[in-house]
Amino acid sequence: MEKTKYKNIVDKNTPKENTFYDCLVAFVTGGLMGILAEILIEFYQNLLDIPFKSATVCMLVTLITLSCLFTCFGFFDKWVNFCKCGLIIPITGFAHATMSAALEYRKEGLVTGIGANMLKLSGAVIIFGVVSSWLFSIIRLVVGLA
Amino acid sequence: MTIKFENIYINETATVTGPYESNGRLSKYFDKSYNDLYFGMKTWEQAESKLVNDAIDILLNKEGINRFKIEAFIGGDLLNQITASNYAMAKEDTPFIGIYAACATSTLGLIVAANLVNSGLNKVITFTSSHNNAAEKQFRYPVEYGGPKPKTTTFTSTGSAAALLSTKKKGIKLESGTIGKVIDLGIKDVYNMGAVMAPAAADTIYTHLKDTGRTADYYDLILTGDLGIYGLNILKEYMQSEYGITLGNCNDTGLMLYDRDSQPVNAGGSGPATAPLVTYSYIFDQMKKGKLKKVLLVATGALMSQTMANQKLTIPAIAHAVSLEVRG
Repeated sequence: MEKTKYKNIVDKNTPKENTFYDCLVAFVTGGLMGILAEILIEFYQNLLDIPFKSATVCMLVTLITLSCLFTCFGFFDKWVNFCKCGLIIPITGFAHATMSAALEYRKEGLVTGIGANMLKLSGAVIIFGVVSSWLFSIIRLVVGLA
Repeated sequence: MTIKFENIYINETATVTGPYESNGRLSKYFDKSYNDLYFGMKTWEQAESKLVNDAIDILLNKEGINRFKIEAFIGGDLLNQITASNYAMAKEDTPFIGIYAACATSTLGLIVAANLVNSGLNKVITFTSSHNNAAEKQFRYPVEYGGPKPKTTTFTSTGSAAALLSTKKKGIKLESGTIGKVIDLGIKDVYNMGAVMAPAAADTIYTHLKDTGRTADYYDLILTGDLGIYGLNILKEYMQSEYGITLGNCNDTGLMLYDRDSQPVNAGGSGPATAPLVTYSYIFDQMKKGKLKKVLLVATGALMSQTMANQKLTIPAIAHAVSLEVRG
């Protein structure tokens, strides 16, 4: 059979993903994450007297710690699976990906297991994060000079 | 290529599963099921290996023979270097042939075993195994990672199944076997293995029917391995449009193993253990009760490699078929 003809049969028998519903869930849960982050910043600023810049760092550390802890408890993957990009795009997704890989390879040794594989999923985020920040800094520098 | 066997019987079988399978539809037909995924071992890979040893022990017990009577083992699994099989076989003192055909390993094992018995060996055991977490770790993402999965993904079964073949007239007759070809129709989607494997299944079924001069109706049931619900639909449409053959009496073992309504398995079960777990337990039970007389088992395997998938290459697939009959 021709590959194009076969592709038609496959396409006909492949179910559509509920993109609209998935986007809606991600929008709402992602928004709730934003609210939670705001509440945390307010909490650190007003109740613990931490300056704004440090309060945002404390908020990030709190979210990372919670996602890692929940991943270890074994229920965070179900949350991520439901919320999708609502939890994957924020720092919680990065923490979850790193922690789950660390858990997966912990029995293969500290160096050869955790060390070598912990950033298996999230390593790309770091690389392209650094590359894009470098790129945008150049743009800012050029625009600033002009 | 179809090989006809005159006097080969699957005397006895054994099935061992994990918790998801024992919560599925066929729980009462399995010989043994575990409630966790480690089975007392430290890692999932070691756990899968233990499943193989368990299945062989149960098989020997059921048949009531000493393990030194077995002249050869044939087996394989999904892990790199067929790890689970090799480590299980390190505990046996018997010649071993390791085979790999991804999820089509079970029927390939039956064909190889039948040929060994045909060429003079007395008792041969063939086995396969798979472990959900070990497979997820190797082929997809870490088990605790909750990235969303498309509806077409399948769920690798946890279990091991073993079968004892000999010329002794007991059990189910292995009437013939068709060795499949590697087929690649240009699918790259690693989340749609049903679409990858359906043309291989179609080619093997067509070849088998042509070689034996039979029609699809000859069989009470044509059973594919792990195409899943969407792959099975693709197979039916492909058979109709390419060969003009209507598959009315067919089902997929991946759909029978789990309860898709209540278990999160998406399109169905998969893995080298899926086809033999269902066949050796439920299907053989139905055959012994006389509800099914002739069954064509077509286990399907996606010969996927991460390296090649990352290089944007398409995924080849293979299917091997065995014709099973009630002793007449």
